[in-house]
Amino acid sequence: MLKIENLHATIGDTEILKGLSLEINAGEVHAIMGPNGAGKSTLAYVLGGRDGYEVTEGSATFNGQDILDMDPHERAALGLFLGFQYPVEIPGVSNLQFLRESLNSQRKSRDEEPLSGGEFIKLAKEKAALLKMDMDMLKRAVNVGFSGGEKKRNEMVQMGILNPELAILDETDSGLDIDALRTVGSGINAIMRDEKKAVLLITHYQRLLDEVQPDYVHVLAKGRIVKTGGPELALQLEEQGYEAVAA
Amino acid sequence: MTDNIKTDTHPAPLDERAQMNAEAQAAADKASTYEHGWSSDIEQEFAEKGLNEDTVRFISAKKEEPEWMLDWRLKAFRIWQDMESPDWAKLDIPMIDYQDAYYYAEPKKKPELDSLDDVDPEILRVYEKLGIPIAEQEVLAGVKGARKVAVDAVFDSVSVATTFREELEAAGVIFRSISEAIREYPDLVRKYLGKVVPVKDNYFAALNCAVFSDGTFVYVPEGVRCPMELSTYFRINAENTGQFERTLIVADKGAYVSYLEGCTAPQRDENQLHAAVVELVALDDAEIKYSTVQNWYPGDENGKGGIYNFVTKRGLCAGARSKISWTQVETGSAITWKYPSCVLNGENSVGEFYSVALTNNHQQADTGTKMIHNGKGSRSTIISKGISAGKSDNTYRGLVRVGPNAENVRNFTQCDSLLLGDTCGAHTVPYIEVKNPTAQIEHEATTSKISDDQMFYAQQRGLDEEEAVSLIVNGFAKDVLKELPMEFAVEAQKLLAISLEGSVG
Repeated sequence: MLKIENLHATIGDTEILKGLSLEINAGEVHAIMGPNGAGKSTLAYVLGGRDGYEVTEGSATFNGQDILDMDPHERAALGLFLGFQYPVEIPGVSNLQFLRESLNSQRKSRDEEPLSGGEFIKLAKEKAALLKMDMDMLKRAVNVGFSGGEKKRNEMVQMGILNPELAILDETDSGLDIDALRTVGSGINAIMRDEKKAVLLITHYQRLLDEVQPDYVHVLAKGRIVKTGGPELALQLEEQGYEAVAA
Repeated sequence: MTDNIKTDTHPAPLDERAQMNAEAQAAADKASTYEHGWSSDIEQEFAEKGLNEDTVRFISAKKEEPEWMLDWRLKAFRIWQDMESPDWAKLDIPMIDYQDAYYYAEPKKKPELDSLDDVDPEILRVYEKLGIPIAEQEVLAGVKGARKVAVDAVFDSVSVATTFREELEAAGVIFRSISEAIREYPDLVRKYLGKVVPVKDNYFAALNCAVFSDGTFVYVPEGVRCPMELSTYFRINAENTGQFERTLIVADKGAYVSYLEGCTAPQRDENQLHAAVVELVALDDAEIKYSTVQNWYPGDENGKGGIYNFVTKRGLCAGARSKISWTQVETGSAITWKYPSCVLNGENSVGEFYSVALTNNHQQADTGTKMIHNGKGSRSTIISKGISAGKSDNTYRGLVRVGPNAENVRNFTQCDSLLLGDTCGAHTVPYIEVKNPTAQIEHEATTSKISDDQMFYAQQRGLDEEEAVSLIVNGFAKDVLKELPMEFAVEAQKLLAISLEGSVG
């Protein structure tokens, strides 16, 4: 589904990704772990297509299509979703309006009919319930006045509504208490555990991986993947730290 | 201008093809740069070019006005001649040659119309282009319980159709073109005309008094709640014709009226001067809600052409507990000079001003409000949202004045500016004059840019760049847009998006 080969990316004059390769197939859950500054968020932004991140070498394809020259919204319409580490506030725009316009814009790109107001509300209710989110929250402005945990749950509701093929979740577990972590974990499983879908979890901690069992765990250090293993690699990292494992 | 539009999809001789290309190019340019950039072919009857006492007499005669009205106009004309064009606003105003314009144009004289069926189909077609089909409004009106919208269609300064008049009359509401009202209700008009905005108030108001061509008069009698929203759609159509609208709305004791005014104009290269005057009067316990969506031609990307919009709008809260509320969405015009204001004389009277002003390319807007508190316990709210893009300049200018005898006055002002790009300007110029120590005045102001974080977030969810900007801008303006009547809210949102097209990327 996602195939990254020898990816180099810079911000300004600084090279952050230095030859990263990674392949994710449908039905798989991958976790990327690594120390601060290793390039985890940069990888997410480069794949999402954020301005200011320049790819200097290598390739990234999504279902065979080169995505690096696409605009962010085109990548989204292909089914690529980014769960943000710091979800952004948009004052004056309700979550429902934001998501309905986003979803219908994606559907338009895919030559699908737009969802009517009624159909959309039904879908939103279903996904909000999955994440134990009150519909009243969805009527409020996007992330405005939301707690850290609420913002992260809101990201997962958005994921549920947009129903992507590949979700890249950047530290979705940070800022969550134990109960919220369980809710988010089971939400990810319910929405994304599917033989046609895949997940890339970016995290520092084992605890999310207890909820969402990865098939592969990668260690990212200094802009490249230095080690790949099964779920046991995460446990080993938790015990021994990055330096010991990645050395 | 775009040079890359390919139109040669089928073979034709070279010179013919070149011509076709040129035509297609022109059409495409028009369509892409200004949605309402078209004009129609209704025969005009012009007053001779230029401005002198004879012009004033011609207009007055055309309108079959009584003597006192002509005298009033002539007095205004003489006052105007001795006045200077104001230069205190943050506007770069080109020299306007008042002698190089027409001051009166009307569609060919037609008999009074009984129904919309009798309206010139050309005019109906124009309204359809605007997305406001009268026909549909008629259907709406036929639905039991549906809110009705009365349209006093002002087409090039002359009213050609007045709808729902009978129902309004049954309620005792007078809804007329101002010319008709001057003839039919001279005492009422005379009692209030020029009482809120005096003839010598300012240069453009004086000019309007002298040459106003038409406009609207509304009187809502004591205790009457106007049974429908009243709306007027303005359109400027004739080349080089200044548009001088005159509106007077009086709400008697305990009355309520909501008035909508929406404007859009066809594309012209010549600058068009617009100097309207709107006067509102609210007596005891009366309420007037006045909403405007203004989308006149703003000029092209290089600042060529566009409407000069010098408007004087003022409401008088004459009675106790009266309320006047201005809501405006200003996206058009090359130059906007406009300060819808409230004179709060009544005890516990209320003034409100909700404004979205959007400027793009080379547009200039200097707009705001004045809240003059003379009545005890009077309160006012000002919410201003300025959006600047391109090379435009957008200024909020507002005065809050509290007179010495006005006890316990309260004002809350919020001015927010949003910048798109780094070649535009946003300015906030608040004046606060308080002569009574019991007043509570609050002023909040913010200036922000659309952040890269917001843009990427919205785009990652599936919106393209322009959709993302439109969404964020509409969110920014929401506190004002929600004050608009339903009929306007959707149109206003569309306008904000259309007006910002091409301003990102």
